[in-house]
Amino acid sequence: MPETIKVGIADLNVVKPPQLITTIGLGSCVGIAIRDKVSKVGGLVHVMLPNSREVKSSGNVAKFADTGIPELVRRLEKMGAVKSRMVAKIAGGATMFSFQSKSELTGIGDRNVAATKAALKALGIPILAEDTGANYGRTVTFNPETGDYEIKAVGKPVRVI
Amino acid sequence: MAEGNDLTIEQMSDQYFDVLKEIGNIGAGNATTALSTMLGTRVDMMVPKVRLMEFKEVGTTLGGEEQLVAGIYLVVDGDIHGSIMFVQKKESARAMVQKLMGMPSEGDDFSEMELSALKEIGNVITGAYLNSLATLTNLTIYPSVPDVCIDMAGAILSVPAIEFGAISDKMLLIQTDFADDDDLSGYFILVPDEESDAKILHALGF
Repeated sequence: MPETIKVGIADLNVVKPPQLITTIGLGSCVGIAIRDKVSKVGGLVHVMLPNSREVKSSGNVAKFADTGIPELVRRLEKMGAVKSRMVAKIAGGATMFSFQSKSELTGIGDRNVAATKAALKALGIPILAEDTGANYGRTVTFNPETGDYEIKAVGKPVRVI
Repeated sequence: MAEGNDLTIEQMSDQYFDVLKEIGNIGAGNATTALSTMLGTRVDMMVPKVRLMEFKEVGTTLGGEEQLVAGIYLVVDGDIHGSIMFVQKKESARAMVQKLMGMPSEGDDFSEMELSALKEIGNVITGAYLNSLATLTNLTIYPSVPDVCIDMAGAILSVPAIEFGAISDKMLLIQTDFADDDDLSGYFILVPDEESDAKILHALGF
């Protein structure tokens, strides 16, 4: 069994094959997996909120899409990855409770996904695949070697994007 | 610490914890009585544990991020704003529903009827808690209609975590163990916004 590195909520990390990288129980959070197609270096960030500028407490960069994604890219570059060869896959951004959309955190899942796409676009990193939205939690595992992003949800077949 | 206006959750005084713990205690006491009446059986309660928890610990507290849990979530409005979640392991939720409905459930999933019963239990428990808070503080609190979700602990608990996430990296957890033959323990997660923290403290004479 290859080693699997775990990423917590509002957390990020980078790996090299044959290591895998995983994050468990993405609700309205988004898990963004990025890899360099050539050097096979990969990483994962589990962001909770879209924008670090909208909130008071913004010490942890991995908490926000607008700061967590650039930080992940920097960490990958340190490991020898090249930005122009990077590709991304994203999952999560669910709406767990139906009335959530009525609260002030309007559709936080959707906003996280939108902010994720904006951050990746600004960095010029293409999104190859996504499994976002709906109303259930996801556990994801990324393989930097193949780029496979495996998504598990309760009562649903495993999906690889 | 007395004013509490610019208090962040990390700086919250021991006093505020004691206050929340006491409210938790009384609230859980009321919830236990309500639950006992509703289920028609004797229900005991342990002294609730109140603690401030890092997001990273959130999942593990309930037995791992992948542990299936039932979360009953509602928002509160009125003099204070925020949200409250009652979360318990799926098995505990099932045990409560079975007691309420007086029959064993079929299959692994909750039926519409069982989900509705679960919502009602959540309503009664969170209602009892909010009532204590309202009575002690003399603040007006309106709870919304609850919604229920059964999924991985990580995914469910990320919902209140996100609301806390806007202000802090930690969240407040009140653990309440209801005990009879089955494990009926559950957790309250209370998420008042910053202004409400100050209002609660102020109302209590701090």
